[in-house]
Amino acid sequence: MNNIFINYSLFILFLPLVAFVVLIFTGKRLPRQGDWVAVSAVLFTLVLSSAMFVAMLLDYNPDFSQQSGFTWMDLGAFKIEFGILVDNITIIMLLVVALISSCSHIFSLKYMEGDIRYSRYYAYLGLFTFSMNGIVLANNLISMYMSWELVGLSSYLLIAHWFEKDSAADAGKKAFLTNRVGDIGFFIGIMLIYSSIGSFLFSDVFAGVAAGKITGITLTLAGIGIFLGAMGKSSQFPLHIWLPDAMEGPTPVSALMHAATMVAAGVYMTIRLFPLFTPDALLVIAYVGGFTAIFAASIAITQNDIKKVLAYSTVSQLGYMILAVGTGVYTAAFFHLVTHAMFKANLFYGSGSVIHAMHHALHEKHDHETDPQDMRNMGGLKAKMPITYWSMLVSTLAIAGVPLFSGFLSKDAILAGTLAFAQHQPEHFLLPVFGFGAAAMTAFYMFRLIFMTFHGEHQMPELINDIHESPKEMTGPLVLLASLSVFVFYTLPNFNPISDHGWFTDLVVPRTAVVPGSMTAHEIADYAHHAHGLAMSLSIAVIVLGIALSVLIYFKKVFSAETWASKLGFLYDWSLNKFYFDENYNRFLYQPFLNLSKKVAWLDWEIYDRYFINGFAWVIEWYSRVTGKFDYDGIDQGLVDGIGRIVGATGHNLRKIQTGRLQNYLLYVVAGIIVMIIVQAF
Amino acid sequence: MDQLNSYLFIAAILFSLGVFGVITRRNGIAVLMGVELILNAANINFIAFSRFGGMNFDGHVFGLLVIVLAAAEAAVALAIIINIYNNMNTINVDQASQLKQ
Repeated sequence: MNNIFINYSLFILFLPLVAFVVLIFTGKRLPRQGDWVAVSAVLFTLVLSSAMFVAMLLDYNPDFSQQSGFTWMDLGAFKIEFGILVDNITIIMLLVVALISSCSHIFSLKYMEGDIRYSRYYAYLGLFTFSMNGIVLANNLISMYMSWELVGLSSYLLIAHWFEKDSAADAGKKAFLTNRVGDIGFFIGIMLIYSSIGSFLFSDVFAGVAAGKITGITLTLAGIGIFLGAMGKSSQFPLHIWLPDAMEGPTPVSALMHAATMVAAGVYMTIRLFPLFTPDALLVIAYVGGFTAIFAASIAITQNDIKKVLAYSTVSQLGYMILAVGTGVYTAAFFHLVTHAMFKANLFYGSGSVIHAMHHALHEKHDHETDPQDMRNMGGLKAKMPITYWSMLVSTLAIAGVPLFSGFLSKDAILAGTLAFAQHQPEHFLLPVFGFGAAAMTAFYMFRLIFMTFHGEHQMPELINDIHESPKEMTGPLVLLASLSVFVFYTLPNFNPISDHGWFTDLVVPRTAVVPGSMTAHEIADYAHHAHGLAMSLSIAVIVLGIALSVLIYFKKVFSAETWASKLGFLYDWSLNKFYFDENYNRFLYQPFLNLSKKVAWLDWEIYDRYFINGFAWVIEWYSRVTGKFDYDGIDQGLVDGIGRIVGATGHNLRKIQTGRLQNYLLYVVAGIIVMIIVQAF
Repeated sequence: MDQLNSYLFIAAILFSLGVFGVITRRNGIAVLMGVELILNAANINFIAFSRFGGMNFDGHVFGLLVIVLAAAEAAVALAIIINIYNNMNTINVDQASQLKQ
């Protein structure tokens, strides 16, 4: 009976891989380019994961955890075991991945229709779903790391799906390389842990940490190393630069990978490994997350590309989750991960719907210059695209954290945890400031997006007649995900919209970190509970402030955005240009590195090659010439030919006595006999 | 014994003269004559040993055999020389050197 969970998980893990293999080899020859293979595979995983979810709810056990594995490699002292781990977090995460992945598959049926690499696109989606499930189900660091890299690969492939565009190809490379920086940290962290504990299995690692096999600064460094992986994958400052560029990929990909699941992998991993982070490592995590949250939000305020706004919003929300992990309320982080997956995927699908409509309208007008993603070209779409509008509005309310919506519950839990953390350690007062500041900005820029896109007059009136609501393959996921962003799904059977209890929040029971000296889970929950009231009032206040400002500027147009922008001067400029991060990386990292490379290349080419390699060659050549001379003149000419010459000369001389005259021969015979007689005589 | 020595001495002189003739003569006939002298020197030795060495008539038999042999040899050799003369107009053995390289 219990093995059903393991078996289902195996199906969920490998079905998308099967779809990938089938599509990559035979995709183009199948009817409809094989999209039904991928869609049916992922829908089947959705059914299975829903079944697991229901089974978990029916027989709820807070400590439920099952493992199954095998030894992959056994080299005596070095042993790698692979396996899968199913517990409550896994089951929820599998459901989230399957759900968003199904939505993306269905959404893409229309969005990607007629694409030149349609079947390959679906194949890569399958590969991604497989590797994401691999991360979720991993019970050891090595297979998690392998899936981690596979996720990075599929991300690269899908971002660069339209690789004919230089910007898409560059964005793919940027994502891959930036992730690599973090992944090296992850790998170092894994190796630090392995060298102390001698096992990759999570259970062994936690037991080893609890037993004090790895302590102090080493454990902190290992934790920070592992967190570096999360920083890369979850796009945390200062490795956040790849995610906004990753929006070059198709919009369903952005929704699936760069909003809901892949970027959440970093958060999921820190949640999974939460027990081994030391308080110092957690502090680093908290500050990185908090700073990312407010930093990215401040960029999102001024962006004009609808997907860029959402991208920076994703970075900011991921910062929230990381902040929550850092302050210890990692169940809140997980809660936010789930709610964020719903509303952010929905926002991306909504933006995809809008872009799709804009693109078609522009196409009708044969306008290929105007950017269909620029919000300054939009406006007044509410009447034309009602389903898109209402579903995006629900998600916007959710992400802003308005009561009655899912985001309120999860964001509130995070803010309460952060506030409690700062109340007990007042020197870290910056963390809640980051959190609440980011909350205000989030409310502001999300409503700015809604107002600029859907309200007011359309900025290009000639297009408005060609804009239509998207087909139901695209609106279906929108409606589904929007409805999942309403609070009731997370608070049943408690209908109080501002409660911090509900079935979902109680589903995942926090565990105490195994590091000696950490706060217990109970303490953290207790503090957070006490801070809840204050946090809630504060967050509602800042949200109202943010929304009000947005309404005044972009809806009522009481203040002009341009005037404010010019008043704020360099601040506006910095935000618009993303704080010049790409430029500064270029100037202070890439260019010096390239210069260094050039210098090293010069050393290599001009000094090493020229003097050492060529010098060596010269010596060898000289030596060869000497030995060649010796061989030819000495051995060949002297010895070999010499013997020949001696034989020849001897023969030549001996030939002279062969006169052919019998008398001479006879004379020799006589002489010989005389000599013999003389010799005999003595 | 002195008598044997004197025969052997005469035979040796005869043999030496024969060899000298064979070696030094250019004329084919003279060479043949040298060969006859060598054969006859051998005959004298056979006879001498037969007479003084207690070998009964064995030596005589060999002597007669050698004489017959010498006759046959002279007949063949003279035929060769006549052919050489017919072909080269000379019986000088030095001239008969076509086989020499």
